[in-house]
Amino acid sequence: MSEAEVTREGVRRQRPGRDAVPGAEGRRRRPGRRRRRGEPTVVPEAEFGSYYGRPIIKPPTWKAADIAGYLFLGGLAGGSSALAAGAELTGRPALARAAKIGALGAISLSTAALIHDLGRPGRFVNMLRVFKPTSPMSVGSWILLGYGPAAGVAAVTDATGLFRRAGRAATGWSALSGAAVTCYTAVLIADTAVPAWHEAYRELPFVFAGSGAASAAGLGLLAAPVCEAAPARGAALFGAALELAAERRMERRLGPLAEPYRAGRAGLLMRAAKVLTIAGAAGAALPAGRSRAGAALCGAALLAGSACLRFGIFEAGRVSATDPHYTVLAQRSDRKAGR
Amino acid sequence: MGFFTDTSVCIGCKACEVACKEWNALPEDGLTFTGMSYDNTGGLGANSWRHVAFIEQRKPLGFQDPGLEYGDYGDVDLLGLTAEAAAAGQTANGEDRGEFRWLMASDVCKHCTHAACLDVCPTGSLFRTEYGTVVVQEDICNGCGYCVPACPYGVIDQRQDDGRVWKCTLCYDRVSDGMEPACAKACPTDSIQYGPLDELRERAARRVERLHEAGVEDARLYGHDPGDGVGGDGAFFLLLDEPEVYGLPPDPVVTTRDLPSMWRHAGAAALTLLGGIATVYATTRGRR
Ligand code: SF4
Ligand code: SF4
Repeated sequence: MSEAEVTREGVRRQRPGRDAVPGAEGRRRRPGRRRRRGEPTVVPEAEFGSYYGRPIIKPPTWKAADIAGYLFLGGLAGGSSALAAGAELTGRPALARAAKIGALGAISLSTAALIHDLGRPGRFVNMLRVFKPTSPMSVGSWILLGYGPAAGVAAVTDATGLFRRAGRAATGWSALSGAAVTCYTAVLIADTAVPAWHEAYRELPFVFAGSGAASAAGLGLLAAPVCEAAPARGAALFGAALELAAERRMERRLGPLAEPYRAGRAGLLMRAAKVLTIAGAAGAALPAGRSRAGAALCGAALLAGSACLRFGIFEAGRVSATDPHYTVLAQRSDRKAGR
Repeated sequence: MGFFTDTSVCIGCKACEVACKEWNALPEDGLTFTGMSYDNTGGLGANSWRHVAFIEQRKPLGFQDPGLEYGDYGDVDLLGLTAEAAAAGQTANGEDRGEFRWLMASDVCKHCTHAACLDVCPTGSLFRTEYGTVVVQEDICNGCGYCVPACPYGVIDQRQDDGRVWKCTLCYDRVSDGMEPACAKACPTDSIQYGPLDELRERAARRVERLHEAGVEDARLYGHDPGDGVGGDGAFFLLLDEPEVYGLPPDPVVTTRDLPSMWRHAGAAALTLLGGIATVYATTRGRR
């Protein structure tokens, strides 16, 4: 075995990435926890071994464009349906129509994304073979089945002016089931062994709800005339505030496990989401947001912000699954907390 | 029924990997070299249902030796795992040979009592057999891939060409016919043992005790406890180091344990969304 000690660099007893000695590979300092000089640590630094730095769990096999896109479009559809119901009740026909058509378009696209990820349409039908409460994907398929047609009826009756009463009922129902569509997707990804998703299961639904409202508001600002867009501006503020507050809480509670949300491409996307959402919501609240062009700009920013958020969360999950550090960290801290 | 894999006697011959591939007619994974050890399989996947891990450790615990030259180490110390063996190695050769050890372990699907893969499968394609094992029905699997990130052990995986998922069936076909699984049959050192779980647990407990008596303090069981986060594994292990050194999660929990709470939080979020939108309309009434 002694030959193996000699590396190309000539360093003896040091083979990065090849040792499975505890702490040799994948050892990390906890970020944000600096030791003061000269002070002895009471608790030793968390060290752990890994199998050549290979992941412990499997990262999702889902394609980001499909599933992160699905999360975004589902949120947009659900939020838009809620916005549409309010607009119809308060007599804002243009906003209602824009939101209804937007909801139908978004849910159709999101279903297409889902089917694309599955490979063929027949497989979506297979999803409805059983109803399984333990599987968020099964529950979600049924929620989608309850929501999609209603969103369709709401949009088509509005556009054609036929069957007004049925249209009203469909609008109301799609608002309620739309809220479920927006939030169930958080459970969908949280109910996995992916540390950055699973450990965030308390806050993720609220992040998604806020982001869904903000994106729906964005669509409203973009598509509805300024004279009817007051609720969209309000929804933008509400959505952005909810999203940012929930996200802040999430990162706080995750502690060192929030690292995947801050680092690398995921961090970039998350920061972009924050900037776009804040800019969009603030712009909508300012007088400049009441001009047609200003409203459209704010709306586009909100939509882009929501999309960035979903892709950022997706990427953070992928990173946290690929690095054994996070899997061990999550389980060790769980054990310490006696959970 | 289940597996007990005693890694302390594994010699890394990969007979289990080969037997599994042969019996289950699994496609090849491609000829790739990982460049990290003798392990070129890398891990469990759609086409590798048994995986032998090779861990090179710089631990002054023992040396690789059949135990013939330096005396009789009894039946437990074939691989020179004890401190005495290390010391013996040093004195015999006058050089420090006890600085390094090799751990080998054959990994497999754990057939969890509370199996996350089975819980989250939306089509019911994963099911529990009459032997308590977890099996995928490939004619029903949708290829949604939900079970892949749900498995806390990173076992089940999607096959690239057909999109469906595959994993160890604990040789459902052989077992139904009264035979033992192919890997257990092929293992030359009996590192892989197949049988009723309580019998295996008893045997495993005795083995750990004997190893402890012989001075192998690091020996421990993994996945044997029906009270752990996954309700105990149908395939459990005797390890000689921390689980994560073998690429195993230290304290896995079935992902669906928190599901009721997840749904509650999602429900609250949905109500928050509806309430928020309603409030927006209430406060913008009349204003355009
Ligand atoms: S180890 Fe993973 S694939 Fe095997 S039964 Fe448990 S959850 Fe399922
Ligand atoms: S990939 Fe197949 S086995 Fe896995 S959850 Fe989906 S349908 Fe079930």
